[in-house]
Amino acid sequence: MTANPRGTEQCPRVGLFVTCLADAIRPRLGFAALHLLEAAGCAVEVPRAQTCCGQPAYNSGDSRGGAALARRVIAAFEGYDYVVVPSGSCAGMIRMHYPEALAGDPAWLPRAEALAGRTHELLSFLVDVRGWRPEGVSLAASATYHDSCAGLRELGILAQPRALLREVEGLELRPLTGNDVCCGFGGTFCVKYPSISNAIVKEKAVLIEATGTELLLGGDLGCLMNMAGALHRRGSKVRAFHTAEVLAGMGGGPAIGEEG
Amino acid sequence: MAAVFQYGVARALSDPNLKLAIDRTTVTAERKRAAALADYPQFAAARERGTAIKDHVVANLDHYLEEFERNATASGAKVHWAADADEACRIVLGICREAGARRVTRVKSMLGEEIGLPHALEEAGIERVETDLAEHIVQLAGETPSHIVWPALHKTREQVSALFKAAHRVPHEADTVEAMVESARRELRDRFLSAEVGISGANFLIADSGAVCVVTNEGNAELTTTPPRVHVVTAGIEKLVPSIAHAFAMLRLLVRSATGADLTQYTTFHCGPKRPGDRDGPEEFHIVLVDNGRSRMLRDGLREMLRCIRCGACMNHCVVYRQIGGHAYGGTYPGPMGAVLTPALEGVDKARDLPHACTLNGRCQEVCPVSIPLPTLLRGWRDRSWKEGLVPRGVRSGLGLWRFAAERPWLYRLGTAAAVRAMRLFRRGGWIARMPFAGAWTRYRDLPAPAGRTFMEQLRDWERGR
Repeated sequence: MTANPRGTEQCPRVGLFVTCLADAIRPRLGFAALHLLEAAGCAVEVPRAQTCCGQPAYNSGDSRGGAALARRVIAAFEGYDYVVVPSGSCAGMIRMHYPEALAGDPAWLPRAEALAGRTHELLSFLVDVRGWRPEGVSLAASATYHDSCAGLRELGILAQPRALLREVEGLELRPLTGNDVCCGFGGTFCVKYPSISNAIVKEKAVLIEATGTELLLGGDLGCLMNMAGALHRRGSKVRAFHTAEVLAGMGGGPAIGEEG
Repeated sequence: MAAVFQYGVARALSDPNLKLAIDRTTVTAERKRAAALADYPQFAAARERGTAIKDHVVANLDHYLEEFERNATASGAKVHWAADADEACRIVLGICREAGARRVTRVKSMLGEEIGLPHALEEAGIERVETDLAEHIVQLAGETPSHIVWPALHKTREQVSALFKAAHRVPHEADTVEAMVESARRELRDRFLSAEVGISGANFLIADSGAVCVVTNEGNAELTTTPPRVHVVTAGIEKLVPSIAHAFAMLRLLVRSATGADLTQYTTFHCGPKRPGDRDGPEEFHIVLVDNGRSRMLRDGLREMLRCIRCGACMNHCVVYRQIGGHAYGGTYPGPMGAVLTPALEGVDKARDLPHACTLNGRCQEVCPVSIPLPTLLRGWRDRSWKEGLVPRGVRSGLGLWRFAAERPWLYRLGTAAAVRAMRLFRRGGWIARMPFAGAWTRYRDLPAPAGRTFMEQLRDWERGR
């Protein structure tokens, strides 16, 4: 599948880190990412040795476990020009926290830092690195956007998804009150402290419904599953998609939690 | 501790008055802070400077402590050193006894709460009069502060009204905020003037003059520290700044971050006792410098936490605090800063939940006026609790199992392929409403059902089709 195994600036070799959630729950997102990266002129590969970025261990205090998984990801991906991840949270883990997790390991720290510098969240990669905009994509719908925290605060992703979505014909974006406030997902937080997480996401669901939009968009599947799950439990009709799916022309397909 | 935290959380989440009270104050605080920052474009530069000032002081703490002691002593103050909470309380009680105090007035001070001074005074049979309006409310209710800037944030004004009507000698009649404030004023005014000792905290200790800076919005600090014969200051050693100019640099950050105002209503510098020719002021001026774990924090990788100026912005912007309020945290300090401080003060074994009950969303760090990397410090406590075996066995073995598979891609592929198929047995349409081992999720939310085959499985077909 690799059209250009050596990679050039015109056609860089990109290792797609699918993320464990997309792999298990929503493969469509992985294919949307593949599609977008190819459309943006990249030679995409999906390293088979990938599993998870290690965040559940790292954020639970198991720093050794986190470091062990970080080494595996580095080994699997360091041959590529770029690592691209359809999640701000997992990309943030590699960019910001791999060097922290391996700070005490002189053999691996330079490798961690090198990989961190070449790792990008998908939507920001498309805009900032590839200068890409969707062409001929349309979706007649109204949507609101939630900025997931890791992407927003660790990676500064705010303008890029909006710049991309502006090019989608027929899509009307409406602002969400508290778009930069955590939805209560927090990785393992949502199952370690479910009652608090629920109280947070319930407020978020009310604000999403108040926009009156048909769609909820975002850039992190975990947060989207949390919000979509809370909306569905409330009987809400708002449908949730990862932004990459909309950009890849898959916005007419099943939303998160719909059969397809 | 885990059970205590869970109990506090459950209680908080089932209290609609609490949520109402939290929202009323924090939503306003958030809005006012945002407006204040919009009006003060130098904030980012001021924040950098404030961070540098605090880092400089913490790095040279011994130097500034000695300088402060020298100058405070020269101004006529008596400086005391307390290694821990017990020693600090003993010193304060000793001063009160020496002064023959039966009644002391107190200005809100979180350090006083931290060292357990209210309790110690009561144990010693000394009447304690809280002069801060919110602390007065908390005292009448027999509670502890739930916020470091607004101690009675957890109470609605309706609850406060009922409390005052039951407790005040001449309670208010009209249910207005003004009438309630008037009622508190009537209740407190004569006590201000009859206390033998006034106790305050400090917002800043000025090293080059030995002065103590206290800010309030009610003027109660001046009434607490001026009429009594003896004024006692209790302050954490991290409150030092080199000079008054540095104090003002920090004040610009503190007040905007806390309340959104440019400056507090009252900003008072106390320097020594009453001098000959002074019209008022205390005859004795004591300053108790309290360590209580602070130098240990320096050694324990919590250096950045000593920058904290107690503005409360982190908790005002914390999604967890805004749901559970301050009391559920179980320590003196709630919210993100409390979740870092309480394990340092009380031991991580006694506060294990606090660093974990956080989504690591980073908003606290974003609003912190001295750029404390709160998520990083919280993650540090998680590391410690993992190493010390404080993580619950279920979480530990679950993560262990997951990690075992995640380190073996072939096994992980098999496991995920099997798991997504098993999960689909529980779906109705595209959603799972109940499933074994997923109760923590499905109790409150529906879970999107997996597509059926994993991405990695589908990828093979996709590649073949090219």
